[in-house]
Amino acid sequence: MNELVERLNIFAAVGRVFLAFLAGTGRLVLFAGAAVSHCVRPPVYWLLVLQQMIRIGYFSLPVVGLTAFFTGAVLCLQIFIGGSRYGAEAFVPQIVVLGITRELGPVIAGLMVAGRVAAAIAAEIGTMRVTEQIDALTTLSTNPLKYLVVPRLIAAVVTMPVLVAIADSIGILGGYVVGTSTLGFNGSVYLRNTADFVTQEDVVSGLVKAAVFGFIIALMGCYHGFNSKGGAQGVGQATTNAVVSASILILAANYVLTSFFFSR
Amino acid sequence: MTGTPKIELRGVKKRFGPKVVLDGVDLVVNEGDSLVIIGGSGSGKSVTIKCVLGIIRADAGTILVDGADVTHINGARREAQLRKFGMLFQGAALFDSLPVWENVAFGLIQGRGVSRSAAREIALEKLAKVGLGREVANLSPAELSGGMQKRVGLARAIAADPEIIFFDEPTTGLDPIMGDVINDLIHATVRDLGVTAVSITHDLASARKISNRIAMLYKGKIIWDGATKDIDRSGNPYVDQFIRGSAEGPIKMEVRR
Repeated sequence: MNELVERLNIFAAVGRVFLAFLAGTGRLVLFAGAAVSHCVRPPVYWLLVLQQMIRIGYFSLPVVGLTAFFTGAVLCLQIFIGGSRYGAEAFVPQIVVLGITRELGPVIAGLMVAGRVAAAIAAEIGTMRVTEQIDALTTLSTNPLKYLVVPRLIAAVVTMPVLVAIADSIGILGGYVVGTSTLGFNGSVYLRNTADFVTQEDVVSGLVKAAVFGFIIALMGCYHGFNSKGGAQGVGQATTNAVVSASILILAANYVLTSFFFSR
Repeated sequence: MTGTPKIELRGVKKRFGPKVVLDGVDLVVNEGDSLVIIGGSGSGKSVTIKCVLGIIRADAGTILVDGADVTHINGARREAQLRKFGMLFQGAALFDSLPVWENVAFGLIQGRGVSRSAAREIALEKLAKVGLGREVANLSPAELSGGMQKRVGLARAIAADPEIIFFDEPTTGLDPIMGDVINDLIHATVRDLGVTAVSITHDLASARKISNRIAMLYKGKIIWDGATKDIDRSGNPYVDQFIRGSAEGPIKMEVRR
């Protein structure tokens, strides 16, 4: 009976959740600290970094490119609708390029790569955990953080800005295609307005975001994979957690970064 | 037996949350011993050897290897320490992203900086030792049967010529004949390489074949430790029950009826 009362006690429940949250946050920060410290201490397995760059960056190109194209296209349509209410249709190219480079390019690419890569990393490392392959690495005098986590972190931080630069270009192309084909813009005017308006800071702030998102994606995949337990179900849970937490952290970090760039 | 023991555990304790797994384990393994730790499922056999390897940190107690305290070492000293060990995991734990020969050569290439071509030659030689030909060297571990995976795991464990080898349930999940093949391989490996071996198993036929000493772990403590030939007259009711494989006796399984 007492136990039941304890279970139903709302303060106890809230406290338990809060303490678990703090403990989890602490573990994550320690994990991230250890992983980053191994990034700057030799040896770094550069061959594995290259391999991960291909898996994280190159193989994400189709999905990132397609989503960027349609995002640019729909952004162009919506801005035209909104702008036409004030007779401001002419500003479509400028607003599309601003929206893509500062916000949508990094966020859309980040979320797509989170779904693709964080899940893959968590599933792979999680399976290695439950089949004792990570313990086996340790017994073979190889640090699992160095062998598994560092290459993925470096690869994600390096390739995400490149992916986002490509996503930016394709997103602007999406806007251009819709603007010139259905909204009646002159192609060369559209491009000149885009190029004249965009500043270096617009693009660079997006690329900085991309690097941060890359770090979040690889970290979440590795952390949840490393801490998965209990066979197939545990690995499935780790995969879900990796994608969900990476997506939420990307959106939260996006706000923080935007307000940082905004305040400067 | 003279000199420092190869491995010594003094009062090692480990708990996971409220569950006490090791409750003061005292164990001495001398050089050249082939010790088998027996005990029921969940009695802490795996945790014991993972504590020695440093994969799991002991909460209390001391672990000595060659007389040096290794309970709390980290980083480079831990890696140097681990070079003395080889381990065969229960599920073989082969890296499925790498071909068989790279699995065997992994510790040489990553851990010791041996060149890939030299490491490949050593890997082929070790594979031959466990009865696997060159044709399996380039296969992926997923293409092998369970028994072959275990043999590759054994080849990986001995690849870097360790001084101490741990075998975690070497025969579990194999048919009796393949189990015996693995037993013979372990026996031959220990005899020919002169290594110290610690195996954990609940397969008594295997234990009798590969060991010269047996220790029984029950409720987080070593309750019996003696020569393999004396196991049938241990005078310990727990050991007797375990050997008979009987549900009746002092060990009560926590089964709800």
